[in-house]
Amino acid sequence: MYQYTDTDQTLVDERVAQFRRQTEQFLKGELSEDHYRALRLRNGVYIQTHAPLLRVAGPYGLLNSKQVRKLAHIARFYDKKYCHFTTRQNIQFNWPKLEQIPDILAELASVQMHSIQTSGNCMRNTTTDHLAGVCVDEIEDPRPYCEIIRQWTTLHPEFDYLPRKFKIAVSGALHDRAATQFHDIGLHLVKNAEGEVGFKVIVGGGLGRTPIIGQVIKPYLEKKHLLSYLEAILRIYNLYGRRDNKYKARIKILVKESSLAKFSALVDKEWSHLKDNNELSAERLTAMCAQFSAPAYDDQALEDQSFAQHQAADQAFATWVKHNTANHKVSGYRAAFVSLKAPDSPPGDMTDDQLEAVADLADAYSFGEIRVTHRQNLILADIKQADLYSLWQKLAEQKLATPNIGTATDMICCPGLDFCSLANAGSIGIAKEINEALDDMDYIHDIGDLKINMSGCMNGCAHQSVGHIGILGVDKKGTEWYQLTLGGSSENNAAIGERLGPAVAKDQITQAIVTILDVYIKQRLEEESFLDMVNRVGITPFKEQVYATH
Amino acid sequence: MQLIKDQQIIENTWQYIADNDELKTGDISVSFARWQADKKQLMAHDGKLGIRMSTTDSADELANDLEKFQLIELDFPDFADGRLFSQAWLLRGRYHYQGEIRAIGHYIPDQVFYLARVGVNAFSPKVAEELPDIIKKLKDFTVNYQNSIN
Repeated sequence: MYQYTDTDQTLVDERVAQFRRQTEQFLKGELSEDHYRALRLRNGVYIQTHAPLLRVAGPYGLLNSKQVRKLAHIARFYDKKYCHFTTRQNIQFNWPKLEQIPDILAELASVQMHSIQTSGNCMRNTTTDHLAGVCVDEIEDPRPYCEIIRQWTTLHPEFDYLPRKFKIAVSGALHDRAATQFHDIGLHLVKNAEGEVGFKVIVGGGLGRTPIIGQVIKPYLEKKHLLSYLEAILRIYNLYGRRDNKYKARIKILVKESSLAKFSALVDKEWSHLKDNNELSAERLTAMCAQFSAPAYDDQALEDQSFAQHQAADQAFATWVKHNTANHKVSGYRAAFVSLKAPDSPPGDMTDDQLEAVADLADAYSFGEIRVTHRQNLILADIKQADLYSLWQKLAEQKLATPNIGTATDMICCPGLDFCSLANAGSIGIAKEINEALDDMDYIHDIGDLKINMSGCMNGCAHQSVGHIGILGVDKKGTEWYQLTLGGSSENNAAIGERLGPAVAKDQITQAIVTILDVYIKQRLEEESFLDMVNRVGITPFKEQVYATH
Repeated sequence: MQLIKDQQIIENTWQYIADNDELKTGDISVSFARWQADKKQLMAHDGKLGIRMSTTDSADELANDLEKFQLIELDFPDFADGRLFSQAWLLRGRYHYQGEIRAIGHYIPDQVFYLARVGVNAFSPKVAEELPDIIKKLKDFTVNYQNSIN
């Protein structure tokens, strides 16, 4: 895992000092609301329904145990003893006091963390595959490139006042687990005909009000040109992106309105001036890759017999292994999910005690590292199979072992009307209702792979448009209604969900979900997943049943 | 009115001539439109010449004439509009403009560190009270991750 240099540390320390001055100036009335707003947003501070919200960067989702203990400390002393993990692999605190936020940022800086550019119209936290470096289908570990991009995007002097926010995701595996086709820029590590590894560059994807699948602008980019090519795209976007309407200001609209061919020509022209002067050196790449070298795996890990015995003897453990662990590139190891989707707690939330427990488990079993997934769970990525049983028991004690990863109750959910000032409708309450309706784990496992994403408004923070089932909260004359979409996907087969029909009233939404799942159970072919069935039969059979009584 | 140039407080010696106003003696700046319309007359001007760029003007269009100007003013309509950050970078980084680049209008003191890094070396405050704040904020950071113009 990347360790800060003196430069990194100085930069975050100076950023804390800068924000402390800005906050003092604001509180003394020397800085206008409008100006301070732009500055605080660039430090992850929103003003929400009840209190400020602080969004802390989880750089490409990677944290160590010391950092997680710090999050627990912040939750305990500055907030209401919990925090929330987001779809950008970030961490949110819902109840900090504005005047204490500079102190919180200083606490974060002491463990090599920050909240820089986690909101505002600037380049945001770069995200990646939560199984980076350990998955079996990887071409190359994307994290060194994520860190290079993190540094390049941080306090970039030219691109801090873009037309709109800008998000980059990197995937190094065959299976796209980073939703790269729905980012302003998506980067895929790929091999060319000569067997060299470079980047496929995708541009102009995005979710939110106008979901668009990104287009390939460069099928193969040599690694050494990564930053010069990003610079070219950003400069063209900064100069030509629309600033007259914030709903049309993302790069996806610029690419769409000007056509990929024209946009690409502008980028190439700009890039021709840059590419030879700003190459990433082989030394820098090698040094950065060394920061992410594999930990000291036990080459005898597969010798263990207890793992198979425990699975045979304990059905609950076997079920957890099946649903909440993933294959690892090293024999005898698995990656273990920490489910933040227990039925009775808001999706993605974690208490101070749970954070500390997971930090201890990471130290005991997973080289002290913890990852955040973009579906709002955590992963301990390097668990020896012999340790999985005790890990499972300890996670279960903390209510972090619900065996539901990738299933109906592993919902992505935004904070909704309960916290967010933008929301039109509640989402946490609906998630709870759906959980209560689907309380039979065997039923959930029978349904299998299912991604339900629910957002409380059109901004789509919970990526409802790429959910296999998407739920979007809308306001109709002061009451909460929910629009349903089916068939979305953020993976390789990227697709935007199709609208099922008119919005459903709040007291009908859970029944609608249950009905959709019943249609699937009755009409699926053998081994056919929910998404495959929707792709085969379309939305009509679902629509007929959901609206049958209307 | 005082301003900051190369981290020092100095007196302004320049006057902006609006598009419909008569030219005056001394050091003057004009809009890009005026420059295009009155090039001949402006070339005969006996003081120094400057250009005031708006967010819709481009460094590319000015590139061939840059040596004629001792001053380029970047006129910010709103601090949130970042286009002039790129224009400043292009003027310095691509076209190697050596004269003064001055931020005017509605930028904010909290942006001067970035503006300096993309090549702006002079800052005209909205009010005189901003002067010490601007000087202080030019030193917000001692480190950075990208190449700088300054």
